[in-house]
Amino acid sequence: MNTPIESRPLLAGKRILVGKPGLDGHDIGAKIVALSLRNAGAEVIYTGLRRSPRQIAQVAVDEGVDAVGLSILSGSHQELARDVIEQLRQLGAGDVKIFVGGTIPADDQPPLLAMGVAAVFTADMPLDDMIRILAGKLDA
Amino acid sequence: MSSHPQPDRPPRLHAANRSGIEIPVSAGPQAVDPSRIGEPGQYPFTRGIFPDGYQGRLWTFRQYSGFGTAEESNARYKFLLAQGQTGLSVALDLPTQCGLDPNDPMARPEIGKVGVSLSNLSEAEILFDGLDLSRISTSFTINGTAAIVYAMYLAVADKQNVPRSKLTGTIQNDILKEYVARGTWIFPVRPSMRLIADTILYSNDVSPRFNPISIAGAHVRDAGATAAEEMAYTLANGLAYVDELRRRGGDAEKFAKRLSFFFYVHMDFFEEIAKFRAGRRLWARLMKERYDVQDPKAQHFRFGVVCGGSSLVAPQPYNNVVRVAVETMAAVMGGAQSIFTCALDEAYQIPTEFSAELALRTQQIIAYESGIANTVDPLGGSYFLEQQTDRMEEKIEQVMAEIDAYGGVIRAIEDGWIQLRLAERGLERKLDTDSGEQVIVGQNHFKKAGEAIKVGEVFTLDPTVAQRALEKFQRVLDTRNAAEVEATLAKLATAAAKDSENLMPYLVDCCHAYATVGEMVACLKKQWGEFKEPVNL
Repeated sequence: MNTPIESRPLLAGKRILVGKPGLDGHDIGAKIVALSLRNAGAEVIYTGLRRSPRQIAQVAVDEGVDAVGLSILSGSHQELARDVIEQLRQLGAGDVKIFVGGTIPADDQPPLLAMGVAAVFTADMPLDDMIRILAGKLDA
Repeated sequence: MSSHPQPDRPPRLHAANRSGIEIPVSAGPQAVDPSRIGEPGQYPFTRGIFPDGYQGRLWTFRQYSGFGTAEESNARYKFLLAQGQTGLSVALDLPTQCGLDPNDPMARPEIGKVGVSLSNLSEAEILFDGLDLSRISTSFTINGTAAIVYAMYLAVADKQNVPRSKLTGTIQNDILKEYVARGTWIFPVRPSMRLIADTILYSNDVSPRFNPISIAGAHVRDAGATAAEEMAYTLANGLAYVDELRRRGGDAEKFAKRLSFFFYVHMDFFEEIAKFRAGRRLWARLMKERYDVQDPKAQHFRFGVVCGGSSLVAPQPYNNVVRVAVETMAAVMGGAQSIFTCALDEAYQIPTEFSAELALRTQQIIAYESGIANTVDPLGGSYFLEQQTDRMEEKIEQVMAEIDAYGGVIRAIEDGWIQLRLAERGLERKLDTDSGEQVIVGQNHFKKAGEAIKVGEVFTLDPTVAQRALEKFQRVLDTRNAAEVEATLAKLATAAAKDSENLMPYLVDCCHAYATVGEMVACLKKQWGEFKEPVNL
């Protein structure tokens, strides 16, 4: 019998950093995403609360991750995503893929993608869809 | 060829609620033990803390709104008071909540964003300018820096020559749930507990009409906890505060009268009513049996609720009005003392004037038209509800016993055990919603094709707010008496190092000297350190 392709975890072998930049303390979304990424085979590192963009970029470099997921619910997604991308470039890690999740209004998504964010996820998106999109971007 | 629409097939009705309590197809008289129920206003208060229920006093309609600068909020408060509102609700920005001054690099992008920046007494003077603090009640959503904000409120009252004994209002001041779900912690758990006990004991003496704590389950619930877990975590936290208050010399007969609670109401009608009735009964029993509290007022479980939260969704937003109405009825049947109803668009934007008004009207219709508030505990004695109340109480006790078996809430939080449990529960709920097993009409079943939500206003920061806050802040630093600031902070440091001291008088002195929130917090951090967040997943 053929093994269905889905049986290999979609994110096997990937290292992903889940980060909470800024002062916003609502972390359940970040933790749910972290747990589900791990269930999909990824090795997940979670930063904890109140990290600066510099700190997040530094951890990403130190841990050699393939992707950084930023959870932002305070409305500061533009500034914070831009800062993290900039810090990663300065550390010579501009190839690390950036994903943003949280309360992101539809109108704010194109500018995020334009500045180099690989994909934007919102709370109503099923986790399976998020993982498929993420895996696709990482293998691209 | 166009395809035929597939009929939507929601799952069968569930045989258990999300708390894991079995739902009988039919409950009968054998399910009820009348001896456990009692009378309204009498121990164990299953049927409510007042013999006359809402006939004696209706619940408070507590709507929460507004942010901006101290000047803008002050103008808004004056308007609201002119409209006949008597209670104010103050939201504070994240730097104030996390104990950072506006000039801290981490603070800059967040100044004035989700509330007022209250960095020192001069901001509080502006905020309450022209308002008579002896006649208004002020509710502050503040936790990590609650002691400092309360000290600032006392200092403003002093400046206005209002006797502290006349102050009424509330500070949330519940740090334990911050470590688990809301994230504005600062210090390690144990010194934070001391600070909370200090505010409660001091407030009982100098401002006895002020509520110095609101022990909240709402945030863990919204993050994914079940109704039973919400109540269990909250009662366990409540007991931890009682233990700390007693350790610091407090008398439970006195301080327990000023403890209050705060919860979410979600959509399972009977599960919610059972939760409130079971929690009220269990708290009274714990106060009486564990602490030998005799005064009924000190056994009372007083609580406020929010209807809405994560039970509201963005697709087909008008459905949310129906959800909030059902939830409000559950809160009334459960005997809530105050109710906040969320606006229908709260899931995706700042409520409009229209949606905010509709939320208030929902409460008013239920209060004055539906008749359900006219008699005490109208569902009391229902076979099903009494059976569910009993099962819920057992479930709550079971979760509390699991926490005890781990080593108590404080250890469970320090280790990250409760946080991880909550995250796993949140994932479970998300997967059940994704799969449609947990039905959310309009979101995962009965969807309408091509329905796009037009999102209105979301958080946008007026770029001048931060600049103005920084300028005002610098002016205070330049004009205050630096020697006095240094002296009061030095005394605070000495007192913090000594466990037997109550820190409140020192904090009030610091506020009077225009020491900043960031300076007071830095002073205490030097003594106590910072909470080390467990990030194990």
